[in-house]
Amino acid sequence: MLSKKLFQRPKNDLENYGRASREIHPAVPDELCVSCPECRNILFASVMSTQFYTCPKCGHLFRLNARQRIDMIADQDSFVEHDRGMKAQNPLDFPGYDNKLRRAVVDSHENDGVVCGECTIGSYRCCLFVMEAGFMMGSMGSVVGEKITRLFEYATEHHLPVIGYTVSGGARMQEGILSLMQMAKTSGAVKRHSDEGNLYVTFLTDPTTGGVSASFAMEGDIILSEPGALIGFAGPRVIEQTIRQKLPEGFQRAEFLLEKGFVDAIVERPQQKEYLTRVLALHGAPQKEQTQEVAEDGSL
Amino acid sequence: MEAYKRVAAARAKGRPSGADFIRNVLEGFMEFHGDRRFGDDGAVIAGVGWLNDMPVTAIAIDRGKDTKDKIKRNFGSAHPEGYRKALRQMKLAEKFGRPVVCFVDTSGAYCGIGAEERGQAQAIAENLMEMMTLKVPVISILTGEGGSGGALGLAVADEVWMLENAVYSVISPEGCASILWKDASKTKEAAECLKLTAEELLRLHVVERAIREPKDSKEGFERVYARLRKDLYSAFSQGKRLSPQELTERRYQRFRRMGAFTE
Repeated sequence: MLSKKLFQRPKNDLENYGRASREIHPAVPDELCVSCPECRNILFASVMSTQFYTCPKCGHLFRLNARQRIDMIADQDSFVEHDRGMKAQNPLDFPGYDNKLRRAVVDSHENDGVVCGECTIGSYRCCLFVMEAGFMMGSMGSVVGEKITRLFEYATEHHLPVIGYTVSGGARMQEGILSLMQMAKTSGAVKRHSDEGNLYVTFLTDPTTGGVSASFAMEGDIILSEPGALIGFAGPRVIEQTIRQKLPEGFQRAEFLLEKGFVDAIVERPQQKEYLTRVLALHGAPQKEQTQEVAEDGSL
Repeated sequence: MEAYKRVAAARAKGRPSGADFIRNVLEGFMEFHGDRRFGDDGAVIAGVGWLNDMPVTAIAIDRGKDTKDKIKRNFGSAHPEGYRKALRQMKLAEKFGRPVVCFVDTSGAYCGIGAEERGQAQAIAENLMEMMTLKVPVISILTGEGGSGGALGLAVADEVWMLENAVYSVISPEGCASILWKDASKTKEAAECLKLTAEELLRLHVVERAIREPKDSKEGFERVYARLRKDLYSAFSQGKRLSPQELTERRYQRFRRMGAFTE
């Protein structure tokens, strides 16, 4: 007679007649597949970039890092980075900040919360900055402020438009008042760039709040956003604590800002590059010098 | 816990409010209301008065005195219309060539539904940009609490001064403690970490001048007002001698050098 327990999964090692239970899982590396946090759909990571990091089933937008954004927007191999080596200090000797910085560098493979440089988009030349959510939630400290200020100064000098993708929780508390001052510093540089008749387009992505929204994010001539992005001065939790009531559905989302008149348009990821190209063309952005490719034997 | 004592003093009941500073530093002040877009924000007082023989635009954030006044002034937390009202007055100051003084005392810009709907972030951002190139001298004085972006929205100036017991910070000590240690009772430690006192901010070159307050609370602020009258008059007289280009270049460079990083 067969033991009833034959088809039962052992609950512990003793039931398993002393044999150590082995977890039988095929070796699937984490990076191969990703699951959509919204609809649990399983996607191959390798096809994510061709689908603009969007879930094909429910349309959920995966958060991109700065390099993925640049690949999505800039012409291939056109991006030349500025100030890559700039690093934060701990000017206030804030407890735990050094460790946090070290961890953020390891996790994000970036030196701070923004990547700045020059590139072409649809063959139009422009300066581009993209904030990095993986680095302390894109918070603005001295490095973010300085790099963005320098980018605007460079763009002013060379009469180039600036395109900026923002994602940030706000000013970086660990640099205290110095991070607050970056709001004024960057705004000054934006103003000078603007006064010289140059174009500035911001792309607000999820989330853009606090000191970044209250400075250069909201200072674009044209302000664009992605569907569903959270954009605001205060975070929703802070507001709920202040007013002691629940916030309505969709509050502070891109669609809400469009309705209230603070965003020019919401642009889906697959259309963003083309959209920016058209905007650059309409505002007289300089085109890349047309150098004819000459083959080694001299023929065209 | 030196820093937290200052925070407590900055918030203390009975401390002169923005309206007190305007009334006592300027003569013949006329208040003008409204932002011409949405409404009139009670938290911000704006208008024109005399500093000796000099017409000056004055803007102040006021927390209010008694309960009724506090509600009218929203406890000194401005809505977007407050920042827009201030900017409108600053633009008028530019038009008529008179200097601007801002008295700042706020725990922060208001966090609420209406404030977000009407673009709190955009209103502050616009002030930062426009103040940077305002073609008349601007001096901001932190008189109590300088709460983050809500204070900075009126503090992009040629010089920023602070009263001895005022504080200026990117986040309140309470907010910092609850984020950092998940414990709002560690406010005193957080205040210390944030380096928010006049002494520390002088060292960081974020403010140019700290103004001594009376040691004895019975003495009143008469001497403070007198010193502000004198110092503002001489600073504005100097500022007026500069061309608009020199003035705005200096203001730009003042903020341009702030920050700490390595390359």
